[in-house]
Amino acid sequence: MDPMEAIKQTFFQECDELLLAMEEGLIAMENGEADSEMINAVFRAVHSIKGGGGAFGFDVLVGFAHIFENVMDLIRSDKLNPTPDVVKVLLRAGDKLSDHVALARDGGIDVQDSEVKAELNQLAGGGEEEDEIGGEAAPSEFDGLSFMPVQIDIGDDAPAFMSLEPELPSWRIRFTPHAGLYAKANEPYLLIRELGMLGALEVTADLSAIPDLLAIEPEQAYLTWNAVLRDCADRSKIEEVFEFVSGDCDLDISEIVPELAVAEPVMEEVLDAPASAVIVDLVTAAEKKPVAAAASTAVEVVKSTIRVDLDKVDRLVNLVGELVITQAMLSQRILETTSAQSTIGTGLGELEHLLRELQEAVMAIRTQPVKSVFQRMPRLVRETAAQTGKEAHLEIEGEATEVDKTVIERLGEPLTHMIRNAIDHGLESPEDRVAAGKPAEGTVKLSAEHRGGRIVIEVSDDGRGINRAKVREKAIERGVIAANANLSDEEIDNLIFLPGFSTASQVSNISGRGVGLDVVRRNINDLGGRITISSVLGKGSKFSLTLPLTLAVLDGMIVAVGDQTFVLPLSHIVESLLPKQSDINAFGSTGMLLNVRGVYVPLISVGRLLNVRGANYDVTSSVVILVESEGIGRMALAVDGIIGQRQVVIKSFESNIGHIDGIAAATILGDGRVALILDIDGLVAGCREGVARPIEYQQAAGA
Amino acid sequence: MSISDKDTAQERRQYITFLATGQEFAADIMTIREIRGWTDTTALPHVPDYVRGVINLRGMVLPVIDLKARLGLGLTDATAKHVIIVVNSGDRTIGLLVDAVSDILTVARQEIQSVPDVMREQQNDYVEGIAVLDGRMVTLLGMTKLTSSFGGMDSLVEHAA
Repeated sequence: MDPMEAIKQTFFQECDELLLAMEEGLIAMENGEADSEMINAVFRAVHSIKGGGGAFGFDVLVGFAHIFENVMDLIRSDKLNPTPDVVKVLLRAGDKLSDHVALARDGGIDVQDSEVKAELNQLAGGGEEEDEIGGEAAPSEFDGLSFMPVQIDIGDDAPAFMSLEPELPSWRIRFTPHAGLYAKANEPYLLIRELGMLGALEVTADLSAIPDLLAIEPEQAYLTWNAVLRDCADRSKIEEVFEFVSGDCDLDISEIVPELAVAEPVMEEVLDAPASAVIVDLVTAAEKKPVAAAASTAVEVVKSTIRVDLDKVDRLVNLVGELVITQAMLSQRILETTSAQSTIGTGLGELEHLLRELQEAVMAIRTQPVKSVFQRMPRLVRETAAQTGKEAHLEIEGEATEVDKTVIERLGEPLTHMIRNAIDHGLESPEDRVAAGKPAEGTVKLSAEHRGGRIVIEVSDDGRGINRAKVREKAIERGVIAANANLSDEEIDNLIFLPGFSTASQVSNISGRGVGLDVVRRNINDLGGRITISSVLGKGSKFSLTLPLTLAVLDGMIVAVGDQTFVLPLSHIVESLLPKQSDINAFGSTGMLLNVRGVYVPLISVGRLLNVRGANYDVTSSVVILVESEGIGRMALAVDGIIGQRQVVIKSFESNIGHIDGIAAATILGDGRVALILDIDGLVAGCREGVARPIEYQQAAGA
Repeated sequence: MSISDKDTAQERRQYITFLATGQEFAADIMTIREIRGWTDTTALPHVPDYVRGVINLRGMVLPVIDLKARLGLGLTDATAKHVIIVVNSGDRTIGLLVDAVSDILTVARQEIQSVPDVMREQQNDYVEGIAVLDGRMVTLLGMTKLTSSFGGMDSLVEHAA
C-alpha cells in the first residue's frame, strides 16, 4: 500500500469515529439534553471531516461539510437556536455526511443532498442575519507578509466576562515557533485562534528577535507571541492546542497568581466606569456567552485510549491461553508427585488464580462497547420510518455494555434486520395507533446488558404484536404444522423464524411479521447465540438475543468417544440422557430413532460417524446427548461418556489444513492435548441419509 | 522450477536434509520454523491417511503430514525417535513427519539438477530439483508447493477418494 493510501485509510477510520461522535451529539440535541460540550463535539467532528477531506481533495464532501459546519458554528455561538426542527435537518445532514464519506471511500453513485443542502443554507442564512461570524473574518487581517505586530482580539466582551469567574486560573503563555514549525505547514494563527476558544485571550507579538532587513533569512522564524489566557481551568487543554507542534517550538506555560490577574482588570473597570454599569456589563456579557462558560467547566470524561493492531492483541490472548494450559499441566504433574498439603500446592493455587485474572484482563482488551453498532440504528429507524410512512422513535439503553470485537462485528446485520422488522411489521400506521389509543409515534427500544456471562440484547416495540391465530392458520396452510397440532403460544411465535415464513410477502402482510427472521436466527446461531421472542397482541413484541461475550472461548461439554475427546458447544445441547433399550428403534437399514418422551429423533453414533478408533459403536450402552441445531432440528448424539463442562479456547486450524465437515475448530485441553470441537450442523449434514428428514415435521410441532 | 530467474548461478542456498522412506530429502532452511520430536496426534475425521492429525505446538493447532504416506509409500510407524519438521510457507504452517533430520547442506544454484523428464508426474510437482552431496543424491522439496498441495477440504477429499 502506498503511504498516501495508508493515510487515507487512517482518515476514513477517523471519519467513522467522528461520525459516531457527531451522531451521538445530534441525538443528545434531539432529546434536548445536549450541553455545550456536546454541541462543540459535533462541530469539531464536522470540522475535522472537512479538514481531512480537503487534504485528500474530496471537494464534494468538503463542500457539504462546510455548509454543515457553518450551521453548527451558529448553534455553537448561540446565534441559532437548536429547535427540534433544526435538529431534524441536522440529523438528515449527518446522514448525508456519512453518505459523502462512504462515497469518498468506496465510490458509487452521487449523494442526493441538494434538499438537505438547501435546508442547511436556509438555516445558515437565517442565522447570519443576526450576526456575522467574528472568527471567520479574522484571517484576512492576518497578512503573513506584513511585519506589523498584530493583536488578535478574540471576543470583545471577554476581558470583562472573565472577571466573573475569578476561581478559574489564568495562564501566561510564551510561544516561539522554530523554522521547522513553518516548514511542516503549521500556522501559528490557527493555534492562537484555538487557544482563544479556551478562554479570554490577549496576545502580543514579540518582534524583538527580528534582525535587520538585510540580515533576515526568509526561511527562519523570528517571532514570539506572548499570550495571557484567562478562564481556562486546565493546563492540559492548553498543551493540547500545541500538541502537534511541541517539537518545533519553545513553549512556556506558567500560571498567573490569581490575585494579580483578576484584581487588575477589575480595578481598571471600576475606575473607568460607575460600579453599577460594570455589573450590568458583566451580566450581559455572561448571558452572551453561556456556551463558552459551560464548555470550560464541563467535566472532561473522555478516556484516553491507544490504537493497537489487533494481531498484537490476538498474540497476547494466545500467549496467555498457553500460559493457562501450561500452568494446568504443571500443577497436575506436581500434585501427582507431591502431597496435597505441601506449600507448592498453595503457590500453584495462587498462580492459577493470578493467571485466570490475567486471562480475563487480556480478554477484556478485545472488548468494545456495543455503542458502535447501536449508534448506526437511529439512522436506520429514521429511514425505515420514512419509507414505511410510520412514526418511530428509538430508545437505546446499555450501549456501554462491552462485548468482544468479533461479536460486535457480526451483530450489525441481525440487528438491522430486527429493527427494520420491528418498524415495518411491528408498528402500526400512525392512524391505527391513534385509533388504538396509543401515541402516533411508535417506540422501538434497543437495550443491551450482561446477564450470567453472556450479553443479552433486546429489541422491543410497542406495536401490534403477533397475531397468533393468523400465524397458525398460515402455518397450517403452508403445511408447516399439522392442522390439529397442539402448540403453545411460544411455539407459534417461533414459527415466524421458519424460512418458509420469511419470504412469502402475503404472510407478512397478514401476520405482520417475518421478513428475514430466519436469516437473523441463523446469524445469531452462527455466533453461538439464541433468539427468543415474546409478544402480547396489541401491546407489542420483544426479541431477545443471548450471545456469548466472545467468540474466542466457548462453553463446551467435553465428551469421550473411543480414545479421543471431543467438545460439543453447550449452546446446542438440550439435555443428556441414558436411553433405555426399548426407546431405541431401528429405522431403515442403518438408521436409528430414539424415543424422547414420545418424539422420535434420529440417533447417531459420533464414533461411527467420525470413524474414531476404539469407539463404542453400540449405542445402547452409550450416553446420549440431545442437541438442537438450526434447520435440522433435534438430534441425539451417542458418545461413550461425558467428562465435564468447561470453557475452552477456540483454535482454528482451517488456514493450515482447510475445512473439515463436522469439525468447527479445535481446542487444547488441560493436559496439552488437542480436542476437536464438533460442528453440529456440519455433523448432521454429513449423515443426512434420509434419517433427519422425516421427523423434521414433528420437531416443528415441538417436543 | 520455482527458483526465480533473478537467482544467479552462483547463489548459494542452505537446505536442511532429512530422511524418510530411506531416501534423503532437503528443504530450504528458510521455510523451516523448528524441529521437534514426535508426539501423539489427535486424529481428524474425513481426511486422507497421510494427514496424521493435529498436535498442540505451544498453543497452535498444527496439522501433521506423514511424508512417507504422502509419497504413497505407506504410513510411518511413528515412535519417539521420529521427528516433526515444522514448515512455514505461505499462509500455512504444517508439521512434516520424517524419520530423522541429518544435516545442513549448502548448494549453489548451478549444482541443482532438474528432475529428469521421465520421472515427472503431477505428484512430483513439489520436487524442486536434485542435488548431489558426497556422491549421494538428495531430493530438494519445494515446501510452498508441498504444503499447498494439501489444498483445502476439496483436494483432501479427492486424495482420500
